[in-house]
Amino acid sequence: MATVDLKDVKKVYPGGVEAVKGVSIAIPDKELCVLVGPSGCGKSTLLRMIAGLETISAGTVAIDGKVVNAIGPTERDIAMVFQNYALYPHMKVYDNMAYGLRNRGTPKDEIDSRVRSTAKVLELSALLDRRPRELSGGQRQRVAMGRAIVRNPKVFLFDEPLSNLDAKLRGQMRVEIKNLQRTLGVTSVYVTHDQLEAMTLADILVVMNAGLVEQTGAPLDIYEKPASIFVASFIGAPPMNLLALTGSSSGKTLADGTAIGFAPPETKATTLGFRPEDADVTFNAEALSGALVLPATVEAVEPVGAESFLHCAAGGSRIVVRVSGRATAKPGDQLRVVAKSEKLHWFDQAGKRVD
Amino acid sequence: MAPQLAITLVFFYWPAGQALYQSMLRQDPFGLRTKFVWFANFRKVLADPAYLNSIKVTVVFSLATAIVAMGVALLLAVMAEKAVRGKGLYRTLLIWPYAVAPAIAGMLWLFLFNPSIGSLAYLLRSLGIAWDPLLNGTHAMILLVSAAAWKQISYNFLFFVAGLQAVPKTLIEAAAMDGAGETKRFWTIVFPLLAPTTFFLLVVNTVYALFDTFGIVHAVTGGGPGKTTETLVYKVYNDGFVNLILGDSAAQSVILMAIVIALTAIQFRYVERKVHYG
Repeated sequence: MATVDLKDVKKVYPGGVEAVKGVSIAIPDKELCVLVGPSGCGKSTLLRMIAGLETISAGTVAIDGKVVNAIGPTERDIAMVFQNYALYPHMKVYDNMAYGLRNRGTPKDEIDSRVRSTAKVLELSALLDRRPRELSGGQRQRVAMGRAIVRNPKVFLFDEPLSNLDAKLRGQMRVEIKNLQRTLGVTSVYVTHDQLEAMTLADILVVMNAGLVEQTGAPLDIYEKPASIFVASFIGAPPMNLLALTGSSSGKTLADGTAIGFAPPETKATTLGFRPEDADVTFNAEALSGALVLPATVEAVEPVGAESFLHCAAGGSRIVVRVSGRATAKPGDQLRVVAKSEKLHWFDQAGKRVD
Repeated sequence: MAPQLAITLVFFYWPAGQALYQSMLRQDPFGLRTKFVWFANFRKVLADPAYLNSIKVTVVFSLATAIVAMGVALLLAVMAEKAVRGKGLYRTLLIWPYAVAPAIAGMLWLFLFNPSIGSLAYLLRSLGIAWDPLLNGTHAMILLVSAAAWKQISYNFLFFVAGLQAVPKTLIEAAAMDGAGETKRFWTIVFPLLAPTTFFLLVVNTVYALFDTFGIVHAVTGGGPGKTTETLVYKVYNDGFVNLILGDSAAQSVILMAIVIALTAIQFRYVERKVHYG
């Protein structure tokens, strides 16, 4: 139905604060793009610029190939699901959903059939005569979704729509949003600070930091090849283990003096990283070639059920290793953490990935 | 006994009781003899064409004052909300008239629109309007409503500004994305959400126009020309203190008391309970 193209978009607030410092993203038709980043990274501002609720200081936003910088939110044909749902408190659920259609002069019987069929999809049929204050958080969330869907807009925008729900409901709604978006085939932009939501929902994941895009790509590509230390530590839970490197090109050592035993792919690498699940622990002392071997002391064990996380002191830093099932190690145990060299990530002084 | 209760007794219950008692008495023109007549005064007052006229005048005056005062205040509040710079100054200036005493406000308007010396009256005449509030009842009423409304606008403005700020910004944004233009957003989202404020102000303004405008009427028109601007409260004063028909005057004030009680009941029952969203 529509593509969304951002070209070098900037937002400078009066007073000189630069919230978005030049962002370019191309979202193909029917795909769900997730903007993820810590609070204050400019992701919500960017979304509001796509919506037309904030003016664009520089660059262009194009929907369906047409630049919409000068078009107000009323004419952009976009629907948005707000964090606090923003349901009209004085209207019944039915009227909340019908409001957008009425404003666009849709005939009455068409409004009725569209509202009722959307309500059916979202299991809201029994609630159409209620007012928002008579609904639970999850139901309000559904109404907000319904209000967006019923209009059949070119683009959906989601501004942290699940952050007011409890954990269980959040998981349910996440799956539901993904299914709905796929069935309806509407191009969507979704803002969240939750990396799990970002990973599971996105067709295209955009990791933002301090008003700039750190990395754009498919979620698993980003997970496997984070472009920077920021992305590596932001995506994945628990985050990637990062260890500082010192020494010459031939013999790099860690902060506590442990030699890593082989040469990094690039001499300028100053940080190495590996994910908790890419390492293993062993009590054996034999040498292993082609692998990073770190003497470590277990500090804490977190059993989560299907897996356990070992928090260890190693290489002059704290690291986390994921072991499946129950861990045999106890706090205070001395052991060795082993990570295969092909599973290591390398970053340079500026925090960029080197391969 | 608590001092508050003593004050209420002395300044409310005792005079109210006196009014009730006086409303059933009739005196001779020299105040020498007094006769207890039960409800004869009420029957007389309610059958008096001058009193019925006064009711009509009061309804017109109160409604017009409330509507003008609230309408203008709402318009100003919406504009004040939109102002980017100088919001505070704009608000302060708009709140000032509330500090002006009713009689002074009346005098200001009287001077401005006095047919012989008023500068605005001169302006009106030069625009071809035969402005004459001293002889034309409609003109007198317009002048009275303007003066009364002008004073009340500040109060209404304050409440509307507060009410507008309480409307969540995301609702307006959601409505904008739902395709509603600015005017439509105001009437379908903002105005309904202001309903609690509006109802509250409607009661307050009606009470104001009914009972607190004596000073303005007295200063601007004195109930004239003829009896075209004689409101109920002004007639109580006229009949009692000018014409010295104390029984009639007391009966009228008892009727006014009943109206106040009814309005208070309406405010408690409907305004404070029903018109809230959350």
